[in-house]
Amino acid sequence: MSTIVSLPDQTTAALPKRTYINNEHGILSWLLTADHKRIAMLYLVSITFFFFVGGFFAGMVRLELLTPAGDLMAADTYNKMFTMHGIVMIFLFLVPSVPATLGNFLIPIMIGAKDLAFPKINLLSWYLYMIGGIFVLTTLVLGGVDTGWTFTTPLSTHYLNTHVVTTATAIFIAGFSSIFTGLNFIVTIHRMRAPGMTWFRLPLFVWSNYAASVLMVLGTPVLAIAIVLVALERTIGIGVFDPTKGGDPLLFQHLFWFYSHPAVYIMILPGFGVISEVISTFSRKRVFGYTAVAFSSVAIAVFGFFVWAHHMFIMGVSNYSALVFSLLTMLVAVPSAIKIFNWSFTMQKGSITFETPMLYAFGFIGLFTIGGLTGVFLGALGMDVMLTETYFVVAHFHFVMVGGMLMAFLAGIHFWWPKLTGRMYPESVSKLAAIITFVGFILTFFPQFVVGYLGMPRRYHAYPPEFQVLNVLSTAGATVLGVGYMLPLLYLAWSLKYGAIAGNNPWQATGLEWQIQSPPLTENFLETPIVDHEAYDYEWLERKTERELQYVG
Amino acid sequence: MSLASTITHPPEPEIHASHDVHEHPFYQKHHFETAEQQREAASFGMWLFLLTEIMFFGGLFFAYLLYRNWYYDAFVSASNSINMVMGLVNTIVLIGSSFTMAMAVWSAEVRNKKLLQIFLLATVVLGFAFLGIKSGEYYDKFAEHHVPGASFDIHDFVHPQPGTDEKALSVDMANKTQIFFSLYFAMTGVHALHMIIGIAILIGLLWYSRSGIYTEGYVQPIENFGLYWHFVDIVWIFLFPLLYLINRH
Repeated sequence: MSTIVSLPDQTTAALPKRTYINNEHGILSWLLTADHKRIAMLYLVSITFFFFVGGFFAGMVRLELLTPAGDLMAADTYNKMFTMHGIVMIFLFLVPSVPATLGNFLIPIMIGAKDLAFPKINLLSWYLYMIGGIFVLTTLVLGGVDTGWTFTTPLSTHYLNTHVVTTATAIFIAGFSSIFTGLNFIVTIHRMRAPGMTWFRLPLFVWSNYAASVLMVLGTPVLAIAIVLVALERTIGIGVFDPTKGGDPLLFQHLFWFYSHPAVYIMILPGFGVISEVISTFSRKRVFGYTAVAFSSVAIAVFGFFVWAHHMFIMGVSNYSALVFSLLTMLVAVPSAIKIFNWSFTMQKGSITFETPMLYAFGFIGLFTIGGLTGVFLGALGMDVMLTETYFVVAHFHFVMVGGMLMAFLAGIHFWWPKLTGRMYPESVSKLAAIITFVGFILTFFPQFVVGYLGMPRRYHAYPPEFQVLNVLSTAGATVLGVGYMLPLLYLAWSLKYGAIAGNNPWQATGLEWQIQSPPLTENFLETPIVDHEAYDYEWLERKTERELQYVG
Repeated sequence: MSLASTITHPPEPEIHASHDVHEHPFYQKHHFETAEQQREAASFGMWLFLLTEIMFFGGLFFAYLLYRNWYYDAFVSASNSINMVMGLVNTIVLIGSSFTMAMAVWSAEVRNKKLLQIFLLATVVLGFAFLGIKSGEYYDKFAEHHVPGASFDIHDFVHPQPGTDEKALSVDMANKTQIFFSLYFAMTGVHALHMIIGIAILIGLLWYSRSGIYTEGYVQPIENFGLYWHFVDIVWIFLFPLLYLINRH
């Protein structure tokens, strides 16, 4: 049953005098901060920057594909464009997106702690991220890299004259940033929970970030060593992946995908967490099947480590292992489906309202379901051999990553914006942006399913003229999508100064983060909270509000 | 409703009020409730970090396993060509340094500053001894043209020294020794890098130990670094037989 909650009247809300934002002043107080909230804001600014850098490359790719002939740029330039798009978006945006910004800000507050377990390592991980980012920008200035984001050997070790080593360094360093974030989260969630905050009272956002952290901690080092070996092979000529010396390029694929498949769960799991919070809050109902949703995150993390070779079906792995990996891939669909069904049941008979975060969450559920189901197509061995390396794959993972993760990220940013900044975003224009994003997304990527199914390969700058109509649709959609992403940038920046003052709990949500002032104090809580209620207990919230009123009255 | 949004504003807090109420040890960071919680978090964090290190080295060990099965003969010949005595001495040096490190942790626990500094210094010295011997081995490999890359020469494996009982390899198999040496340099190189980082941290600990913080109850940094040092040691314990002792007789 849902609880009818009336949202508080915001006209009387006032900004608190002392917050984490005005506690200290000056640029150094930000650059040397150990406060998880400030570090989250540093991350938010940096990943937004890199998102638009990556978006620029996406725009160039779509512009080139407007016409069948390769007339805007040479094939090499095009290769660099899609490579830089992939590298920037994956390593500098998607992997840190929700965990490093919202996770950093909210996980300590949600579990009732004053900070992450290792505040200085948290700051270090931002610096590592920035150094990685600077290496990527350096690569750009030097002339780019065109291996594709997958660094396929021996292409990357022997046959390309572009800046593979600087890019590899960038990814190696940024990888450590993500290892440290994951490590910090795991220790914090294990050791820093407030009294009464048992594992099954944790908000699902914490559970899903926990699962993603496990993947970061166990997967990223394997990518790191694979990248080191590529760099060593390129610079001093060791032969671990070099067939002329007896090495096997397939080994690189195994090491690379051992990280890079779990990496897609690193990217999507925190998004699942956001959606759980948003759906529950705007349905005013406890998440249906809390335990199932919590464990499905863990199940995804576990299964995610045993499916990597489905990226390698056409690379000459044995038929038997391909069969096993194909079956295991189907297994991952189960916990993902559990989540989708549970969110749907959460909404059933809830008192749903349609604020912007909820619109993004609706978009997420629809698009992620399509992305996930086409993932099952691709996991099927026979189908994959047909469709791999076509635009069908491109459309599939953009549905999951952009349609899923980016929607979840925007849902989360809008949902917690009042908590992050103390001010509301403008509701009507942001609803418009959510709808534009959804329409633009469908227009961009749905034609790619069709064109891929018809046989258009990915990573070519020219294509047969009969595919032009679908590609024009896709490019037109990308333009709409671009508008959809620019709008939040503008109105969120506007709202920093002119947005309505939010008050502590504008959504009447139940998380601990909503029970403190917005924006929070540097130390989050004046005294350590004692948790005596389950997660998403709206009746508890109602009783609490009543008590406060009576007390004052 | 308007009342609710006004009363939930917290009162002006006193700065660091909680610090005056309870006595905390000097080393307790403000965001921990108790020193015990801090100790547990630091120790758990270190173990997790070592787990990432296992995954990092794991990639290399996996590559080793694969190629050793494929090119066993090349691995045997190449393994016999590296200097087992130096490897053995290094193993003993490293186990010795683990002992001095363990003693350093013990000294911090019994709050003996002098002993702590002696044992930390001994660990530094043994660490440098290991790296010195290792660079001697590397030099030999350069001299013998056994470093993978442009100057790599398979002559020694196709035509072994007369008088030794080394098996001569076919040219094809001898070429595969380059894989062994690629892994040898990658694995021992990454291990040596961990040693260098470890020695740098040791010198830092030695510097800070002068103030006596580690011998007044703040054992955690010494203990956690000890875990790291033992981990690096254990990696070597695996590397030594895998690289030096494949088929000695």
